[in-house]
Amino acid sequence: MTTIPLQHALFLSALLFCLGVVGVFLRRNVITVFMCIELMLNAVNLAFVAFSRALGSLDGQVLVFFVMTVAAAEAAVGLAIVIALQRHKDTLDLDAFNVMKW
Amino acid sequence: MAGIDRLLQLVVSEPFLFYVFSATAVASALGVILQRNPIHSAFALIVTLCSLSAIYGLLGSPFIAALQVIVYAGAIMVLFLFVLMLLNVRKEEPAGGRATRTAAVLLALVLAAQLGAALAGAGATPAAGFDASTASFARVLFGARFVYVFEATSILIVAALVGAILVAKKDP
Repeated sequence: MTTIPLQHALFLSALLFCLGVVGVFLRRNVITVFMCIELMLNAVNLAFVAFSRALGSLDGQVLVFFVMTVAAAEAAVGLAIVIALQRHKDTLDLDAFNVMKW
Repeated sequence: MAGIDRLLQLVVSEPFLFYVFSATAVASALGVILQRNPIHSAFALIVTLCSLSAIYGLLGSPFIAALQVIVYAGAIMVLFLFVLMLLNVRKEEPAGGRATRTAAVLLALVLAAQLGAALAGAGATPAAGFDASTASFARVLFGARFVYVFEATSILIVAALVGAILVAKKDP
């Protein structure tokens, strides 16, 4: 039986990461930028899983587990900050948030 | 009959399904970054996450695949959609100047070229007899090397929970 080449999984991971980078540059909505960051985290997870399989070690998958935990914590705190920002400025446009104090 | 059998064999073979789900993931990732409406982006991201889960399954890690659906497509995306609906988000105005957009795409192309060049040399054959069942995963996760890190993540989650409540409260 043929298997999936490691290189193809890594190329997919790189492509998804670049798409996330483009999204962070292009979008102006805070929440969409957040979603692009999640996309980049997922691209990295894919690389971890692919390497874990290629090297026959489970350490990569354990790291994916920790990345997911951190992503969950980050999403919770980040979205709370977004709600606070929306309350102060009444917009979600990133260009409006150019000072850290108001 | 033989033709149908061969077609079936191709369709359910691992590499074929991998390319199908890769195409789905890339197309929906494009949807995430090109949609004007954040809700549409969120739904496109859910499709990306689910096809990535399928790819994890094809790469022989069933536990991570389940975790991806439960934690990412379930919990995190529900949180995103909940906030999007809570804040009554309007459609986004067209993004900044043409120069910004061109620069963004050019920078991403440079990054993609670098990553592609770096990966062009990679080529390992999958290790034989790789056991990635949930039981062996748990043995590594709760083994001597990672158990303290695992406990630390529980502290991280509690801190994030308290922090999120504190930040989003009406009058701090």
